[in-house]
Amino acid sequence: MQRARTRWHIAVFLAPAVLVYTAIMIFPLFNTLRLALYSKVDQERIYVGLDNFRTLFFDPIWSEQFWNALGNNFWFFIVHMLVQNPIGVALAAILSHPRLRFAALYRSAIFIPTILSFVIVGFAWKLILSPIWGIAPSMLDFVGLKSLFAPWLGREEYALTTLALISVWQFVGIPMMLIYAALLSIPEEIIEAGEVDGITGISAFWKIKLPLILPSVGIISILTFVGNFNAFDLIYASQGALAGPDFSTDILGTFMYRTFFGFQLQLGDPHMGSAIASGMFAIILIGVCVYLFGIQTRMRRYQM
Amino acid sequence: MTRNTLKLALLSTALTATSAMAQDVTLTIESWRNDDLVLWQDKIIPAFEAENPGIKINFTPSAPAEYNAVLNSKLDAGSAGDIITCRPFDASLALFEAGHLADLDDMDAMGNFSDVAKSAWQTDDGGATFCVPMASVIHGFIYNKDAFAEVGVEVPNTEDEFFAVLEAFKEDGNYIPMAMGTNDQWEAATMGYNNIGPNYWKGEEGRRALIAGEQKLTDEAWTAPYATLAKWGAYLGDGYEAQTYPDSQNLFTLGRAAIYPAGSWEISGFNAQADFEMGAFKPPVQNAGDTCYISDHTDIGIGMNAATDNPEAARTFLAWVGSPEFASIFGNALPGFFPLSKEPVELSDPLAKEIVGWRGECESTIRSTYQILSRGTPNLENETWGASVAAIKGTSSPEELGADLQQGLASWYEPQQ
Repeated sequence: MQRARTRWHIAVFLAPAVLVYTAIMIFPLFNTLRLALYSKVDQERIYVGLDNFRTLFFDPIWSEQFWNALGNNFWFFIVHMLVQNPIGVALAAILSHPRLRFAALYRSAIFIPTILSFVIVGFAWKLILSPIWGIAPSMLDFVGLKSLFAPWLGREEYALTTLALISVWQFVGIPMMLIYAALLSIPEEIIEAGEVDGITGISAFWKIKLPLILPSVGIISILTFVGNFNAFDLIYASQGALAGPDFSTDILGTFMYRTFFGFQLQLGDPHMGSAIASGMFAIILIGVCVYLFGIQTRMRRYQM
Repeated sequence: MTRNTLKLALLSTALTATSAMAQDVTLTIESWRNDDLVLWQDKIIPAFEAENPGIKINFTPSAPAEYNAVLNSKLDAGSAGDIITCRPFDASLALFEAGHLADLDDMDAMGNFSDVAKSAWQTDDGGATFCVPMASVIHGFIYNKDAFAEVGVEVPNTEDEFFAVLEAFKEDGNYIPMAMGTNDQWEAATMGYNNIGPNYWKGEEGRRALIAGEQKLTDEAWTAPYATLAKWGAYLGDGYEAQTYPDSQNLFTLGRAAIYPAGSWEISGFNAQADFEMGAFKPPVQNAGDTCYISDHTDIGIGMNAATDNPEAARTFLAWVGSPEFASIFGNALPGFFPLSKEPVELSDPLAKEIVGWRGECESTIRSTYQILSRGTPNLENETWGASVAAIKGTSSPEELGADLQQGLASWYEPQQ
């Protein structure tokens, strides 16, 4: 009889990654969830159960800010889904066209903003759109459309959409690259078989390529969702922690930052901040679950 | 032989160095004023060290926006410096209540400061003072003298004259009448509402009445400044909604704008940037001859880490900061940050001199939202930023703004309920 050997090397090789991941991801995550159940009263931390969440959702002052931030977050996400991803798919389709010249140049040029820091993007666009020094007003003036110019980042009704479009500009390279890779992996034979059956050009894209890349579109959607609901940097870099004008660009990330670390005369409240962070975590978790169990399992996959 | 001499020399230097270290106490200062690093190293520290051999000073500032967070974590971890630069009001009060700042009430140097000056670093009952007041900033308007001469207008004293001047610049068309934007929001409240407001709520009288609950934010005195701000919108530059604070500073120093609603902290920056002559006028009063009120806001104090290993040396340093000698060095090196000591300091910068001169003509007060009233949620100061912007843009009426602010304040502040 041979006893199964304890395979120590598995534990040894896993240990560094598990330890590091636990220390910097899992422990802080659960500690944040735990922190949300406490409150500070007279320099003393006490357990208050779900009180912080009750305040967040039902206290008129807090809930108004929370729903405003959540609504803005959804708008931010919708703009990305409606603008960034279709453009990304379209760019990938054009780039994968065999007769396009300079494809590599376009690909790099469109992808480069993705590697820029949020601070640079936020600051550069703020300057471009500045009514005083910006090139946007003079460029519009050049084509005789100066009347269309408005101080977009300073108006409640446009600011969030403007920022969402700036973010689209920055990140359109990601869906483009993923879809581009998916398109390249479609075998020539399938396209040729389609051509034999009389499906060419645009209809080949709609009827053959798009169904084949749908799983990638799904992945992109979920990446967009997670990225947008965790967004913070761009808004903070361009509009500050108060997410002006009049909180019209306030998203969950900036709301959480302001609450957790405090702002100007407002002292930080780590406990309410953790409650908001837990809310963000729950929203993202639900979104990802809906995708994983509701959509991905039903998606048809084709053997290529 | 040579080698031995070298060893001996090394040994003796090492010995002297250790003995010197044993005598010298090094105090580390925490601060958010990284702009002032050169000033501290070249002027303040040498002056102090010359008078107090045996105490060395190490000035270690951090970035303004991160200061509160950095300081709090350092204090909690026990690694903070001996001397703490104090933000006014609640940020420092919270540190004192948490036992991080020492009570300095027994220091003789405290006698050099008025009660208003000390109020920013006292417990609510005034029972303990935990920071030595260092400097205040005064609000008003800085203007381009050349532009005023060119358009032929005089410095306004009353509100009607003020708007007449703005109108003259608007008609002339060569200058943006007033350089301010609403993008960053705080200027609208700090350089707008709290600049002109004290003339309406009569400075300290109104501010204290609001804290006591005798006046409400819906009262005429508190909503009228919003009505005045609403008239500013027409005189700000094109696209002021997206104009940031640095944009406004540049517009003014480039000579493209005539008037800049200011805090005195701008003086040194403007002196370096602008190549035209500048003057200043105080917030205009409603009727000629009215008492004028200015916002003379306590901004920087300095206190002692309660956990310091060198309390004696730290007190010696703080006492020196409270002395007229420090006030004179500091006030002249940083025009626009005015020393708070009772004894007036002779300033050499003409613009700073002009502004500090208002202290003699007008009643001083501090920003209305800073003491006590911004302690809860919603935070009155932050709300005031939004309200001032809304007033300038005209998206809400002054009455609506007053009602909103009052409702927010009353939701947590008992005297207002």
